[in-house]
Amino acid sequence: MEPVTTTSYIVLGIALFMLLNSAALAVYAERRVAAFIQNRWGPNRVGPYGLFQPIADVVKLLLKEDVTPARGFKTIHAIAPMIPVFTALMTVAVIPFGDGLYATDINSGVLYILAINSLGVYGITLGGWASNSKYSLLGGLRAAAQMISYELPMGLAVASCILFAGSLSFIDVVNSQEVWWNVIRNPIAAVIFIVTAFAEANRTPFDLPEAEHELVGGYHTEYSSMKFGMFFLAEYMHVVVGSMLITTFFFGGYHLPFAGLWLPEMGVTAKAILDVSVFVLKTVFFAFLFIWVRWTIPRFKYNQVMKLGWKRLLPISIFNFLGLAVIVYFWHHYIA
Amino acid sequence: MITYIFVFLAVLAVASALAMVISKNTVNSALFLVLNMVSLAGLFLLLKAQFLAVIQILVYAGAIMVLFLFVIMLLNVEDEESLFSRFRVKYFVAFLVGIAVFSQLLYSIGSFSEMLPEVAPEMTEAGTVEAVGEVLYSQYLLPFHIIALLLTAAVNGALMIAQHKIKPGASND
Amino acid sequence: MDTKHIKNDVDPKFLKKHQESLYDALEDKHTTVEILDEDPLNTKMVLNMGPQHPATHGVLRLILQLNGELIEKAKLDIGYLHRGIEKIAENKTYQEFMPYTDRTDYLSPYSNNVAFCTAVEKIANVEVPERAHYIRMIGSELSRISSHLLWLGTMVQDTGAVSFFLWTFREREKIYDIFDHIGGHRFTISHARIGGVANDLTDDALAMIKDFVNEFPQELKDFHGLLDRNRIFFDRNRGVGVLPTERALEIGATGPTLRGSGYAYDIRDFEPYARYDEVEFEIPTRLEGDNLARYYVRMEEMHESIRIIRQCLDKLPKGPVRTDNAKQAYPSKDEVYYSMEGMIHDFMMTDTGICPPEGSESFHSIEAPKGELGYFIQSNGTGHPWRLGIKSPSYANLQALEDMLDGEMVADTVIMIGGVDPVMGDSDK
Repeated sequence: MEPVTTTSYIVLGIALFMLLNSAALAVYAERRVAAFIQNRWGPNRVGPYGLFQPIADVVKLLLKEDVTPARGFKTIHAIAPMIPVFTALMTVAVIPFGDGLYATDINSGVLYILAINSLGVYGITLGGWASNSKYSLLGGLRAAAQMISYELPMGLAVASCILFAGSLSFIDVVNSQEVWWNVIRNPIAAVIFIVTAFAEANRTPFDLPEAEHELVGGYHTEYSSMKFGMFFLAEYMHVVVGSMLITTFFFGGYHLPFAGLWLPEMGVTAKAILDVSVFVLKTVFFAFLFIWVRWTIPRFKYNQVMKLGWKRLLPISIFNFLGLAVIVYFWHHYIA
Repeated sequence: MITYIFVFLAVLAVASALAMVISKNTVNSALFLVLNMVSLAGLFLLLKAQFLAVIQILVYAGAIMVLFLFVIMLLNVEDEESLFSRFRVKYFVAFLVGIAVFSQLLYSIGSFSEMLPEVAPEMTEAGTVEAVGEVLYSQYLLPFHIIALLLTAAVNGALMIAQHKIKPGASND
Repeated sequence: MDTKHIKNDVDPKFLKKHQESLYDALEDKHTTVEILDEDPLNTKMVLNMGPQHPATHGVLRLILQLNGELIEKAKLDIGYLHRGIEKIAENKTYQEFMPYTDRTDYLSPYSNNVAFCTAVEKIANVEVPERAHYIRMIGSELSRISSHLLWLGTMVQDTGAVSFFLWTFREREKIYDIFDHIGGHRFTISHARIGGVANDLTDDALAMIKDFVNEFPQELKDFHGLLDRNRIFFDRNRGVGVLPTERALEIGATGPTLRGSGYAYDIRDFEPYARYDEVEFEIPTRLEGDNLARYYVRMEEMHESIRIIRQCLDKLPKGPVRTDNAKQAYPSKDEVYYSMEGMIHDFMMTDTGICPPEGSESFHSIEAPKGELGYFIQSNGTGHPWRLGIKSPSYANLQALEDMLDGEMVADTVIMIGGVDPVMGDSDK
């Protein structure tokens, strides 16, 4: 573990600040993109181009009455919405935003991300259970089952990236993609990872836990006020974090395509600005992808999600991992 | 500092384990077990075993306990209603404050920061992914594979039980 | 939850007796075929879906007995939108009742007007001019398209694709505008009159209909392109809510629900009313009986409707749009304003209205977008019906829904409701 430096604190502070803001921006973006897809205007009244709409949303949520189900489990009902927010915020600790711009570099950073991600489901499941509503309970159960089913393919997709990096540290994963992005070396895992990222963020087509059509609101049916707001913001934070992870694992992190081959040496400041803007651009693109998909395609059914997870993605990811392992072994021992 | 964190985590681990056993509500028990796992992961971190700590959370807290919760939630929700009222936020806060005070007491009574032996320098290397992998795939390869086989058999068994339809009268013979 | 004695676990407050009998019915459903299955996890629960639920198309209430995500048994509870329309009819003249028909199946008001008018015309022997028949056909087919568009939007939305709803509504908006130009109302148009229609189509309206007929097939093609090869949509609909032909006939399913189950029954073809015998069209039928079959049937029906409207526009004859018999229909406004007789006839029509012969009764049904819509009228010789009954398609199709729900999953309920396409105003009357 590297010693904690001032840069770490600065990066961590800025990253947390940006992540919190990005959730608000993602809400705005979602509404504008949805409006664009549906031939509408979307929010355009609050501030220039409706940019202050998220603030208005949050103020509205704060002023709403906080209703707790009378026969629900009050403590867990109150704790549950905090969990997904915590887990989303904890992920930024290890993500490198630029050359040397990271909060910390732990030697099992990739596992740390997976572990933190797996904890997020507690919020949804417990929230669904503590509401003492059948719709919420069904939503919570769906979330738990979905999370467990998609964690394995996700882990294996990530593992096949680590074969190239040879390390569980995020810095090494990103640096190994300086020339060849993982999406080019390992396209199958990239697709699997994007699909599982959708599932872990509970976004369409995997939004069964909240399935507003059959389960009313799913796990947050009984939530109101800022408790609902926390779930709401956490969902968008997970979208942003998911986009960051897709970028970091498969799309070269802060590297431009084939950057190692042509990018000239630069000053520290110029490099930092370039890296961060490249990273942000990629993240924005994938956040847009999340939104685009949500407003275009229908939702899966519970058994279809299970079938896709266990019968399709899991075997494919296992064989992909094994095949790549063999190829990488032979490459290192006989060719290079 | 390290000692203080150790005492806090150790007391938290023991207390949450006790609370898990004592608690009458199954969901509470499960959640206390999660707390226990997390405090254990913290202890692993103090020993510089990052890999173990992360795996502790990933496997136990992230996967196994979610399954536990899944099953518990499927059990009768209605039966738990009477227990809902007994659990209050103040009890939970009291639980945490009590642990903090108790660990402070222990720390003060111990009153020397050398209560814990210094972590050996080579521990930093031993707890990493490389070190664990090295040992697991060379020295303990056979036990590792046997465990893998055992787990596969267990999964198959679980699948068999889950797929098996209980037929009326089948249990009589 | 102990599903053998549901009544012990619930404590209904509203209409206690009715609720208890419903739970009894749920307990008793299929008990003869149920094998004694003691589930050690006891994952069963009884879920009340509706009447306040975003996806039950109004105030339909479903009581589902679930095993995990699987529906073991289901009961339907209807009547939350009962307004006593049939009773109201007994205190209205035939003409006064017209706006109420708009509000039964409020997604296709024009078809309801036509159904009611045809029934009254049958009992009172009223001749309808040729041109009025064709205008009625155009209106009915437009309202069929409008109704099917709403079905398409909501059904696809129920599967999770939210945007689709707005895309179909853009097309519906065009139909609303056409209705606005035809009859002065966008939604509840009340355009048909006993003995004809209220007014002739204006040139504007005709031009708009022609535009719509030319543009709509392309939109329909886009809808097909978006959905037909969408794997998620396909998988969610195929094999879901299968209704075999025999069962559909036993239950009395009508309309697209029946035709989706492989029985090509369409009143427009079997007992043509208006001038449906003079236009050519196919009866889209599918054999599978699942939700996908119903989807294809309705999509093809929209194609056929466009075809019918095209032929109507070609064949549209010149002439009056309402019968010239002052005892049977309202005189034209010109007569009312400029002649004494006209005004007296207008007054008499409003005051007593058309009087069918005493003791006569008639039943006439048309093919509404949702299926067979029939009006039964008994007359006692006055201007008010002695008894009026409505045979509504949604009511018949909801019976099929209860049958289809058993054995499907929770996520399927909403798309099955969408597939059957009930309108609670129609079913509860």
